[in-house]
Amino acid sequence: MMPSFYYETHTIFGTHKSKILQWIFSIDHKRIAILYIGVLFALFFCAVGAALTMRAELFFPGQQLIQAQTYNQLFTFHGVTMIFLFIVPGIAAGLGNFILPLMLGARDLSFPRLNLLSWWLYILGVVVALSSLVTGAGFADTGWTFYAPYSIRTDSHVLSTLIAAFILGLSSILTGLNFVVTIHRLRAPGMDFFKMPLFVWGLYATAWIQVLATPVIGITLILVILERTLGIGVFDPSKGGDPILFEHLFWIYSHPAVYLMILPGFGIISEVLPVFTRRTIFGYRSIAISSASIAGIGYLVWGHHMFTSGISDIARLIFSFLTFLVAIPTGVKIFDWLATLYKGSIVLATPMLWILGSIVNFTVGGLTGLTLGALGPDIHLHDTYFVVAHFHYTILGGVVFMFIGGMHYWYPKITGKMYDEVKGRVAFGLMFVGFNMLWFPMFIAGFLGNPRRYFDYLPTFTIYHQLSGIGALLVALGLLLVLYTFYKGLKEGKEAGPNPWRGTTLEWHIPSPPPLENFSKIPYVDFDPYEYEDGEPLVQLDENFRRIR
Amino acid sequence: MEQEMAYDRQGKSYPVADFKDDYSGDKLGFWVFLLTEGMMFGVLFLLYGIYFYRHTAMFAFSSADLNIWLGGTNTVLLLISTYTMGVATLMMRQGKLKLSAMLVGLTIFIAIVFLGIKASEWGVDISHGIYPGSKLLDAKDTGEILFFGLYFVMTGLHGLHVIIGIALMSWVLLLMRSGGIHPEHTIVMKNVTLYWDFVHLIWIVLFPLLYMIGV
Repeated sequence: MMPSFYYETHTIFGTHKSKILQWIFSIDHKRIAILYIGVLFALFFCAVGAALTMRAELFFPGQQLIQAQTYNQLFTFHGVTMIFLFIVPGIAAGLGNFILPLMLGARDLSFPRLNLLSWWLYILGVVVALSSLVTGAGFADTGWTFYAPYSIRTDSHVLSTLIAAFILGLSSILTGLNFVVTIHRLRAPGMDFFKMPLFVWGLYATAWIQVLATPVIGITLILVILERTLGIGVFDPSKGGDPILFEHLFWIYSHPAVYLMILPGFGIISEVLPVFTRRTIFGYRSIAISSASIAGIGYLVWGHHMFTSGISDIARLIFSFLTFLVAIPTGVKIFDWLATLYKGSIVLATPMLWILGSIVNFTVGGLTGLTLGALGPDIHLHDTYFVVAHFHYTILGGVVFMFIGGMHYWYPKITGKMYDEVKGRVAFGLMFVGFNMLWFPMFIAGFLGNPRRYFDYLPTFTIYHQLSGIGALLVALGLLLVLYTFYKGLKEGKEAGPNPWRGTTLEWHIPSPPPLENFSKIPYVDFDPYEYEDGEPLVQLDENFRRIR
Repeated sequence: MEQEMAYDRQGKSYPVADFKDDYSGDKLGFWVFLLTEGMMFGVLFLLYGIYFYRHTAMFAFSSADLNIWLGGTNTVLLLISTYTMGVATLMMRQGKLKLSAMLVGLTIFIAIVFLGIKASEWGVDISHGIYPGSKLLDAKDTGEILFFGLYFVMTGLHGLHVIIGIALMSWVLLLMRSGGIHPEHTIVMKNVTLYWDFVHLIWIVLFPLLYMIGV
């Protein structure tokens, strides 16, 4: 048997003796993916720490722990880290990097060295972003949206955060480019687009958003940088510039970026569901096409972030209408998943629990999204905790749950070990209860008029913030337990074998962990990705990857 | 290297595409990259369009300040350079390595002249006190501030692309010497030519937008 990729690798300089250099210069997509996942979750926990600090401050009305300005910087740090450093690269660069070539029957991404460059750019972005914590006049206090003209005028260190976001954008573009070319060029013979696993479809739609939307934010951030350093006037109202244009340009990236976070997560759901219901996914084609249409329509709805900014009524109506349209392909997906569950022999393993939890949370987040997409309610709810609750339901309760579910699902493939089921389920329980306790009260607080981003609130809102605070603690405990479960599994988990979940896609046909270059022989794919017969995978391949059944 | 095959159940064979030396993949990748460049410049064109719509008279007035002859010369220079670069690729494919290298060298030379002219234009503007954030400019009409703001950003970004182009073409020359590019392996050469075409196309749009609306 071939040794796994943990034992041999190739680096950008050929081979290397030093173990550390073998990791940080490796051009193997699997090693790069693990590097990403490590850094991603380290940053995730930093941002969770910032959030917990804010929650602690908000436990009682009035000021206790931190200054107002510190609070402004904390929520900016939380937002920038979570959005630009964690969830945007998140699933695609982490799990996607690892799984995509395995699912396609490819030996690596199309441009392995570019992949390494993306990782290094990402690290550079992280360093530049975090450097402003210790240099200049403190971390940015603009919120992660950098709205002009405040971002032009504030004394805090916005410059390095802007530069970091630009570098991270570049890294994201290169990853997307790599994925697009890989999916077009390196599918195993016989695998046409409608034989690709649905996770690949999610990544494909994501990659196009990365390629087409990220340059827009890139140049916009550069313009803000030039505005701060040279004063070109484009977004500066005192020089005739238009700050609303900044909002337009910002959201024409940042709204599609929401789907850039979500679509790979949807892909994970579509992988996990058929495996743990032991049946073919319902409506394969409609799920695949809905990913593409969400990506497409997602481009046209940015104006719904600007209903209260003073854009014309016609524009607001159109954006409101288009926003509602996104619900259609998303609804198609959700109903396909429900139909897959119907009469399936459901196995409530940990990945499945996370996925089911994410569907519940995401549905709440999606439906409140419609509330916000409607013009009238949005005027009332704009910039209240309702909005905060809505996007945490979609991104944290939805995407992060999907991410963690995916981490459990592919854990045996990545490590070759199994984790402890009981711990896994308890962690999910803590997290699910904690999450809903954390965010549901915020819908009410927001509806009653509690504005967001303030470090203080009226005493009438105390109860909601205290419930949230307790929920936040449960979430933190749940996350720590997830981490501990993974660590324990690595130390003393039993061998997983190539296919512990009885999955059907190509990655389950190779050893866990996979060898360097994944496949000794590339298979011919004349089967659909999810074919089950009496609850067992239908397709079997022999050791030369020739189909025998 | 032998072409790897995958076999279906009937034993029929199908060629497998590998990530190494994947000509079509390299080409596709570069086109996708150019798409991102297009999106980036597209934003600037959009901004230009919006502010032109709001300040049409002042944009035309400011545009008349620019030296159309220098800009025009630069346009012609870039047209010639894209031709020399194209012919260089053609010669490469025909196996005429030396001629091809000479043409790439010529393209680099023209690109440097372009930058020189551009620098002297900027120099004149700056010596007259017209640059983003200058007291003189900030005292003027907002239309003028915006025009010159965009002028410096757009030509600056384009100039940066010219510099990158020069670096890439010099790299091509080095690769030609070391044998990294030869008539059977021209993908780098083609992509750099494509890049240079893109840089010249951007200028073809920039020139009328910035220089000619004041005529």
